[in-house]
Amino acid sequence: MTISNQFIFIPHQFTNPYQNHISIGKLEINPHFDYMVYQHTIGNFSYSFPDLKTVLAKASPEKSGDQLAGLAASTEKERVAAKLVLADLPLKLFLSEEVIPSEIDAVSRLVQDSLDHKAFQPISHMTVGDFRNWLLDYQTDGEKIAQISPGLTPEMVAAVSKIMANQDLILAASKIRVISKFRNTLGLKGHFSTRLQPNHATDDAKGIMASTIDGLLYGVGDAVIGINPVSDSAETTLRLLEMLEKLRLQYDIPTQSCILSHVTTTLELIARKAPVDLIFQSIGGTEATNTSFGFSLDTLEEAYQAGKGLNRGSIGDNFMYFETGQGSAHSANAHHGVDQQTCEVRAYAVARKFKPLLVNTVVGFIGPEYLYDGKQVIRAGLEDHFCGKLMGLPMGCDICYTNHIDADQDDMDNLLTLLGVAGCNFIMGIPGADDVMLNYQSTSFHDQLYIRQVLGLKRAPEFDEWLLKMNLIDATGKVLDVQGNKLLKL
Amino acid sequence: MSEETNPWEKLKAFTDARIALGRTGGSLKTQELLQFRRDHALAKDAVWTELDIPHLEQGLQKLKLKNLILQSQAENRESYIKRPDLGRKLDEHSKQAIQNLKLAPSDLSIILADGLSAQAIALHAMPFLKELLPKLSGYSLSPLSIVKQGRVAISDEIGELFSSELSIILIGERPGLSSPYSMGIYLTYNPKAGNTDEKRNCISNIRTGGLPYAYAAEKLAFLTSEALRLKLSGVHLKDTFDHHLLNNESGKN
Repeated sequence: MTISNQFIFIPHQFTNPYQNHISIGKLEINPHFDYMVYQHTIGNFSYSFPDLKTVLAKASPEKSGDQLAGLAASTEKERVAAKLVLADLPLKLFLSEEVIPSEIDAVSRLVQDSLDHKAFQPISHMTVGDFRNWLLDYQTDGEKIAQISPGLTPEMVAAVSKIMANQDLILAASKIRVISKFRNTLGLKGHFSTRLQPNHATDDAKGIMASTIDGLLYGVGDAVIGINPVSDSAETTLRLLEMLEKLRLQYDIPTQSCILSHVTTTLELIARKAPVDLIFQSIGGTEATNTSFGFSLDTLEEAYQAGKGLNRGSIGDNFMYFETGQGSAHSANAHHGVDQQTCEVRAYAVARKFKPLLVNTVVGFIGPEYLYDGKQVIRAGLEDHFCGKLMGLPMGCDICYTNHIDADQDDMDNLLTLLGVAGCNFIMGIPGADDVMLNYQSTSFHDQLYIRQVLGLKRAPEFDEWLLKMNLIDATGKVLDVQGNKLLKL
Repeated sequence: MSEETNPWEKLKAFTDARIALGRTGGSLKTQELLQFRRDHALAKDAVWTELDIPHLEQGLQKLKLKNLILQSQAENRESYIKRPDLGRKLDEHSKQAIQNLKLAPSDLSIILADGLSAQAIALHAMPFLKELLPKLSGYSLSPLSIVKQGRVAISDEIGELFSSELSIILIGERPGLSSPYSMGIYLTYNPKAGNTDEKRNCISNIRTGGLPYAYAAEKLAFLTSEALRLKLSGVHLKDTFDHHLLNNESGKN
């Protein structure tokens, strides 16, 4: 048996059972230390971890990003020891031990300040392991989960996900419906939406419009018609916003548009009375990550207040759109020794403050140094969807990969199917799954037709109604032959 | 239905995106499915292909360029992909090799690196250098470095070891589905280990169907002379090349 020197190794006999230890399950709290000893014994060996963030990191399923940062478990035995320690930790402990101190991190402060202690009460006696059991219990339905959700810290949510199997992540997530509204209703049970992503390498208006029409003909775009612009200039964003607004009004499409520009660009355009539906920003789970993205929580608050004044939603007022993804804090060198998945869930704590319409984990975009292969991407996608839903977010997923990841379209088919079963709110719709601007592969217009067919999933009801009226789908939701359709006469 | 009479097909003229693919049921037709798989196969293989060094050396001999073969601390492709930090540093042997040459400082270090597409370098480096070198005839050059498992930032360490004022690295870009063999160029004034990306200027998308060699070479020569004149590179070195071309009434070929 080889033991890496990367973790503290204490032979079992060194921990004297007659010493004044308080034992909570197999977890030992030693009053002679200033801090808790997180420890578990496997065979003749006892693994001990110095603090909560180390337990979380070592308990994480294998991810290349955690390995790159030197945070991952060195062996499967160490990983499972950390999971066993984690399962026995009381949820209450998460209220007293921050993984990143509030003194140095605005996201930690946000978590402390916004936590609903009353909502936490019903589960306050549980360990992380008990919490998993509770989530999976027949008696626990979506409503019960929604009630305790505001009482959860992102670290509790990350912790429970780390001891859950893939099927647990799917089952627990499938209980939770998070419904959001702007011009249509997203997230209803049995419904599944898509962002139409008609990107173009030079932001060419006709090129973008060609892909947009193509997508609408497949019934894509109820979550949003959202363009990633090449240029972040206000002029480009304004030009594209006005183009989509014209299209929406001309055909009376019950959906919303978004140009995924930096939040400060969108703020400028709101001041100029541009037709802004949704306010977009990529967010991360630490203050330093968000600083590297060029905004602070105050900037988001300012944007949220500005958005409230627009009143452009016809049936609801969820107008924020956030994107996240495991590895963002790590690639910005802003992780404070916290594993990438825990950092990701902390980003959801930022998102939940602003009642978003859409939150989207761009799961495989960041590259193989953070998620190495299809297996890691699939695990991360299921974790993010589950954790986002448990945090109360309308969670979607950009099921995607770059060409230097060891993954292919079959892996994306797998994740799409799993997320369809898990009740994911929305995915991307990209022509032929090939984004010619961002140079990565995601899910296609055809892919969403597949998942609708095998799982019987409908679009947002208002959008389905519009498609029916436009003669683009039949009453069962199947797409129709579009020759001669008026959308093609644009 | 022909392209002229089918309005859906007509949309294809406006974008390279994969639109108007048709369908069988809701699914892709066989030919479209396999076309996609073919494109992905090319892109994926491009990432895992190694540099063909003898072939590159042959080409460099024809251009009468001295060269030096170097290796990053990433020993193989897997380590290169998992550990970007290792691809940014030279291994000990390579450092020694440069130091042992004991060369006088030079104006420019030119570097070829596999990056994420060795085939981009195999295809585009020689024809590009053929265009570029005559435009750099006024400058002193270090021996041209060929780096195995190299990332952009390795050009800092190499330029520093050669005591060059400017380092220029030609590197294989991350393969896109429709562009598996695309070459990028990064230029850094005062190359020093630890420089960050805002200190660099970049010319990307040099490939068949992308930026032509002559245009890219002209642009690089322009940025080189500006960087040496202003003694800087990166965000503060404004890329006014296209503007400059316009003023001279020439243009993109």
